[in-house]
Amino acid sequence: MPASSPASTGEMARIPGMKTQRNAELGLLAFAMILVAAYGATVEASRIGEITPTFWVPAALLSILFLGLHFVVRYTAPYADPVLIPAVALINGLGVGFLRRLDIGDALSDKQPVPSVFAGIGGRQLVWTLIALILAAILLLVVRDHKIVSRYAYTLGLTGIVLVMIPAVLPASISEVNGAKLWIRLGAFSIQPGEFAKIALVSFFAYYLVRKREVLSLASRRVLGIDFPRGRDLGPVVTVWLLSLLVLVFEKDLGTALLYFGLFVVTLYVATERASWLIIGLLLFFGGVYVAYLLGASVGGPFANFYDRAQVWLNPFDNENYERLGGSYQLVQGLLSLGTGGLFGSGPGGGSPRFVPEVQNDFIFAGMGEEIGLFGLSALLVLYLLIVERGLRSALAVRDSFGKLVAGGLSFTLGLQIFVILGGITGLIPLTGQTTPFLSSGGSSLMANWLLIAMLLRISNAARGPAASGGGTDRAGGGPKKAPVQLHGAMTEVIKP
Amino acid sequence: MNAPLRRAGVVILVLFGLLFANLNWVQAYKADDYRTNDYNRRVVVAQYERPRGIIEAGGQGVATNKVTDDALKYLRVYPRKEVYAPVLGYRPVGLAATGIENAENDFLSGESDKLFADRVKDMFTGNNTGGGNVLLTLNTKAQETAWKELNDNERGVDKGAAIAIDPQTGAVQAMVSMPSFDPNPLVSHDEKAAAAAYNKLNKNPDQPLLNRSTAETKPPGSVFKVIISAAALQNGYTTETEIEAGREYRESGAVIRNSEDEVCPGSQIDLKAALTTSCNTGYARLGVTLGRDKVLATAKAFGFEDDQLTVGDLEGSGLPVAMSDTGKIANPDGSVDKGALAQSSLGQRDVRMTPLQGALIAATVANGGKQMRPYLVQKLTSPDLRTIYTADPKTLRTPINGQVASDLKDMMVSVVENGTGKRARIDGMEVGGKTGTAQNAEGADPHGWFVGFAFNDKGEAVSAVCVMLENVPGGHASAEAARIAGLIMKAAAGQGGD
Repeated sequence: MPASSPASTGEMARIPGMKTQRNAELGLLAFAMILVAAYGATVEASRIGEITPTFWVPAALLSILFLGLHFVVRYTAPYADPVLIPAVALINGLGVGFLRRLDIGDALSDKQPVPSVFAGIGGRQLVWTLIALILAAILLLVVRDHKIVSRYAYTLGLTGIVLVMIPAVLPASISEVNGAKLWIRLGAFSIQPGEFAKIALVSFFAYYLVRKREVLSLASRRVLGIDFPRGRDLGPVVTVWLLSLLVLVFEKDLGTALLYFGLFVVTLYVATERASWLIIGLLLFFGGVYVAYLLGASVGGPFANFYDRAQVWLNPFDNENYERLGGSYQLVQGLLSLGTGGLFGSGPGGGSPRFVPEVQNDFIFAGMGEEIGLFGLSALLVLYLLIVERGLRSALAVRDSFGKLVAGGLSFTLGLQIFVILGGITGLIPLTGQTTPFLSSGGSSLMANWLLIAMLLRISNAARGPAASGGGTDRAGGGPKKAPVQLHGAMTEVIKP
Repeated sequence: MNAPLRRAGVVILVLFGLLFANLNWVQAYKADDYRTNDYNRRVVVAQYERPRGIIEAGGQGVATNKVTDDALKYLRVYPRKEVYAPVLGYRPVGLAATGIENAENDFLSGESDKLFADRVKDMFTGNNTGGGNVLLTLNTKAQETAWKELNDNERGVDKGAAIAIDPQTGAVQAMVSMPSFDPNPLVSHDEKAAAAAYNKLNKNPDQPLLNRSTAETKPPGSVFKVIISAAALQNGYTTETEIEAGREYRESGAVIRNSEDEVCPGSQIDLKAALTTSCNTGYARLGVTLGRDKVLATAKAFGFEDDQLTVGDLEGSGLPVAMSDTGKIANPDGSVDKGALAQSSLGQRDVRMTPLQGALIAATVANGGKQMRPYLVQKLTSPDLRTIYTADPKTLRTPINGQVASDLKDMMVSVVENGTGKRARIDGMEVGGKTGTAQNAEGADPHGWFVGFAFNDKGEAVSAVCVMLENVPGGHASAEAARIAGLIMKAAAGQGGD
């Protein structure tokens, strides 16, 4: 690790007069962990009837983990956004707390003693958090400048497409869970490769678009006052559109398709500043979805699943939909759970989350909603919004196009994923098999999303660090100086009003 | 690139705004709906947190509770299984109950306004005292006898019903239906097993879930002659009035014969003898002579065409009773179809009757012409056994006056003493009744009916009964019904049974 900074603080590349705000981060983190500890105590008081002497252990363990990441950030990305880690840590901590609450509830209803902190899904989630944080730290340590990622853009792009396609190609017995083929299941382990694919794909799109943005944004034909791209430039859009429709049909999942297509269209729009791409994208996507719906109603076959899901969404309380295998049972139980919670909820530990199938995974938001109510869920929503908007703010502030596109794309994708799963659970849009970032039990989601946060931290460091004011020199990352050369035209951005 | 990034930020804000708005819809606006929704398992668990009220008959619990280790604390238990099932119904997890369990559900579950004070008390004491109890009018001896005799009938009949009523009050003494069902598997806390048990019963062609004493109508056959007799007595006839009979009666294409050649072969027979021997030609002619309007009016006065009646408490909730019906007895142009009238006078053609209606006819005769409203709930008591409701017998209708009732009683006693209902006789009691053998489908065995009443040695009407056996083989279909009816009335009067 290069150490060119004053030994007294141990921080590198620190410029006097510029605030790193690392201490603010530490303070917020402490506050978040106090909330997590308080949540654990409330759960124990409500479920077990007393607060055990070890109620603070999960919160303390999490504190140590997050503190570790905090120190890595102090050394490798001192100017990174100070809100990201505490906000994510709070959500992650509450997730662990809720999973432990499920463990305690399950054990007590089976007349078993209260499980240890490391047992059950709560314990596993703690371990996954550890692994996810190590991965995030490694990313921060290895990638000292986000621009070097662009060197591996094609590799990442290929990896991303492979990750997306694997579950579609695999037999349903390995890849299908609850009607959606999004998984690779090997024995007790199951990963959702799509979670990782989104990071790889955003990086690839960013690189590709930085190179092509001029041609995509300048060459156009004007129709009805809107600039439309030339036919041959539509190629990549149509390719990704077809890819996402294939996902829709073969992985039977609207949400994932929406996620991939949305992230591409948005990075395209950000890169070219052409609203026409958005219009084309939206028309293509919703047109495709509507055709899939019609095909599902008339032809069936691979489209039938999508049609069924749309029916379930439209009429969840219809008795036929409710009774049907793979029907609206889960959605309805989730809605009832949320409704039972009402404004204030029954208090942590006071609900019956096990009435909702998969409450530890996709439906964790509904399970928590019964206990923390509308007010608690609103607070969670605000936290998520905060993370996404802070990511977008880094994208605004960072100077290089690649960084802007990666940070913007990743933040938007995160926001879109939250919208897709929470909208699905609350009946706003058809339900899909996405995980709720940082809350759902499971390693892939946690690891991928912490990697995403690490990438945002890295870019926000570049955005807020001295490089932002120091002109062309790139000191914040300390990475290979060759990196910008790889990006043709990255610094030749035409400043628009 | 910053302008589109800002717009992307706005899009995210809008999306989260939608999420927030929808969350308000689900958790605030629809919250009460969802909290009490039928699919909400929490509602079910809460219902099972306190014991449901007990249903008793004659001091014996016929629907009780057992504490379990499940998520649902109390399991409903029906100790007498098939015997009381048609009356009690059952109360499955998360689905609507049937029978008295359904009719008195509010009271049994404790949610009734009548138990409001108990709920307020619970709030302060922190107890879950449970729902109120229901005491049935059923006489356990009569009920058990009816069930046993119906199932052990000498003809091997597998479908039928029996019902006994106290003529003076309308209190139901026995109500059984065959085949019946064991309600216990249907209320299992294992809902899949419960659904499987239900589906099996529901698919059974013998319809064990059907309460045949109240919910099914069948052609009553000669039992209907009691109605014709009542119509005649109200229109100037006496028990001695000679009516035309004979071996055969042809009317508008309908051919009426007697069940056997030795029944009323002569041209004239008095009304009492006609009923005693169940003279078909006499009654068919009598019905046609009286005319359609009088026949229909009398039937209606006895309770035919009433689709509102329920048997439960006297405040309106109870088992629904199917409408007994005489049919229109009309040609397509609306004029009287005399052939149909002749056949209808014998309880054939389109005439249909529930066993409950049969028992009501006999009860009306035994009670001097006053038809008491039938009821099953004698008493409702709070969890601490305070009486909340006691049945106060009500006259439902008065189709005939005392004189007509007295004449009819004489005629029906003659049926049992000298005629077709001899097997219903009980030592030491005065028993009257009327048999019925009803043709139903081509080639099928006829249904056997008996409606009747019994007076004790003090001259008090103690029981009115109706027994119906479907498709009785071997001739004299009604004789077996009469035998069973006698045993039920004897048990109801406290003189026998097990």
